[in-house]
Amino acid sequence: MIASSFSSGLLSSLVPMPVHQALARDLLVLPVLLPLAAACLSLLTSSIRWRRTLMLGTTLLLVALSGWLLPMADLGQVLVYRLGNWPVPVAIVLCLDRLSALLLLLTAIVATGSAWAAVRGDDQHGPHFHAALLLLIAGVNGAFLTGDVFNLFVSFELLLIASYGLLVFGGTPARVRSGVQYVVLNLVGSSIFLVGIGMLYSVTGTLNLAELSQRVALLDAPSAAFARSGALLLLVVFALKAALVPFSFWLPAAYSAASPPVAALFAILTKVGVYAILRMSTMVVGTDAALRANLYGEWLWPMAVATVAFGALAAIGTRSVRRLQSALLIVSVGTMLASMAHGSEAGLSAGLFYLVHSTIAAAAMFLVAGLSEQRDAPRRWTSVLFFVGALSVAGLPPLSGFLGKVLMLQAFPADSRLPVMWAVVLGSSLLAVIALSRRGAALFWGAADVPETSTLPRPPDQRLVPRALLSRVPPTALLLVLAAVTIGAGALSDFTQRTAQQLLAPGQVRSQIPDAPGGR
Amino acid sequence: MNLLLASAIAVLIGSGAYLVLRARLFTVLLGLMLVGYGVNLFLLAMGRVRVVVPPIITDAGGPYADPLPQALVLTAIVIGFGMTAFLLALAVRSRSVFGSDHVDGLADWTDSASASDSASAPTVLVDPHAAS
Repeated sequence: MIASSFSSGLLSSLVPMPVHQALARDLLVLPVLLPLAAACLSLLTSSIRWRRTLMLGTTLLLVALSGWLLPMADLGQVLVYRLGNWPVPVAIVLCLDRLSALLLLLTAIVATGSAWAAVRGDDQHGPHFHAALLLLIAGVNGAFLTGDVFNLFVSFELLLIASYGLLVFGGTPARVRSGVQYVVLNLVGSSIFLVGIGMLYSVTGTLNLAELSQRVALLDAPSAAFARSGALLLLVVFALKAALVPFSFWLPAAYSAASPPVAALFAILTKVGVYAILRMSTMVVGTDAALRANLYGEWLWPMAVATVAFGALAAIGTRSVRRLQSALLIVSVGTMLASMAHGSEAGLSAGLFYLVHSTIAAAAMFLVAGLSEQRDAPRRWTSVLFFVGALSVAGLPPLSGFLGKVLMLQAFPADSRLPVMWAVVLGSSLLAVIALSRRGAALFWGAADVPETSTLPRPPDQRLVPRALLSRVPPTALLLVLAAVTIGAGALSDFTQRTAQQLLAPGQVRSQIPDAPGGR
Repeated sequence: MNLLLASAIAVLIGSGAYLVLRARLFTVLLGLMLVGYGVNLFLLAMGRVRVVVPPIITDAGGPYADPLPQALVLTAIVIGFGMTAFLLALAVRSRSVFGSDHVDGLADWTDSASASDSASAPTVLVDPHAAS
């Protein structure tokens, strides 16, 4: 029996496919494997120069790799990599569709910016910063690629343990305090994750997302109710990761205590939560009458609106630049999910566009906030960066945040929720502008309240490249990427449109898994 | 059997949740471990509890225990172990930084439990801020 399934597995891998695409499918494991291997290597060497080279080299390589995978995914076929070449019900699969490819590239870009900024000196307070950063990337990439709920859990744990280490790295009191709370919360979250997985498994007998999406449609009413509870428990976990109200109160403390490069990298972590919500809502709970269509959407909408309100109020209420950026990150997550909650193709597409923009903008602003706290950084350049970053974070023209918000408002269907959506988008922009201009004025025009600095005294410089150059380049580069996003906005929104189409047709994923059983 | 398992899970998770809500980091840690055990039992139960049947499919057919939840539980145990070890290390660090075991790092915090602790074992912790 095993022999026969093996041969069918082999056969299916010989299905004719353009050679580039076949190569892309076979290299699909690299975005996980590469940072994992580099992390192991960086544990072996004690030279900080080698570790930094490994970290920077790997992140740059990942940019190239995911930049190459993106057009492959855009051909429309879902690429499926089966680990160990086992046949599908047995194998753990990695799937690459447009959404995964987009988020892989986004991760690589943000990680490169963060790694580059970390080399400035934030990585010197302990030996294993580089390994932790690489492990985090491996976990994030794993979460974006996996086609299996349990491996989503494993990837979450991998990125979480790395993020714990990165968050408390340096060990200042603020970091330890917020680190403890972050770890405890996420441990509780992991337990709930396991319970949700267990409930889904017990009624469907599978953890593969494609198979799950088939089988939930066949459930009888009591089993469907059980699966629904499991799916909603998973929503709690993903909302905790995405920092949706009422699960978002940990984020400002944690992200503002972390060192700026780490906070910049963490901007992608909330998007892992958003990704998981999208994946579950389109593949498992969204499309089937048995689980009630748009089950997540009903909950997401009030949560997202409350999140925006909470974040916007937190933004004008704080006196610290870093807390302000954390609050605005919460606002951006709420805004994109408010757009996605409706489940329409245009809403999803606009939300994804805004996701790309807001992640890069948030990462850049965390780095700028770090710069603004340094006495030796060039003030004039920092203030220009702060101004441009603030424009993009608040969603003012000419940068892509404005386009994203316009797209979201256009995409929103004209029903009773429309005024709320306008209030959410425009009100949060207004409050963000007020908060950012107050902070900017205090920072650069020397108003009385100088923010507290939580940067550690930096140990002697062991630099590869002069520090003054390094500290300016990463946020500038991220803002340039943002400018590129603005210029290429048409192409990007076409891409997110195709992504949304693909997401809302999960049958496509099923048909791409060659020997998936048609429901046993 | 099912009732026994269900009540065991309920007791473990219930007492775990109670402990997690305490203000001392050590009890929180114990609570998380109990919740973890409860969740692992729950996962096992989700694969249907079968006694004295093999976890493999033989050519002869017949009943078999679902091996997948066992594999999941094994993974969950390993991950839970690592996370607990990390939290324990962090708790020790937190105690040495803040001089107390409170989850929010309140230095001058005592409750009845830790007060009786310090009465029986008078450990003096060095407050790093006192020196500076």
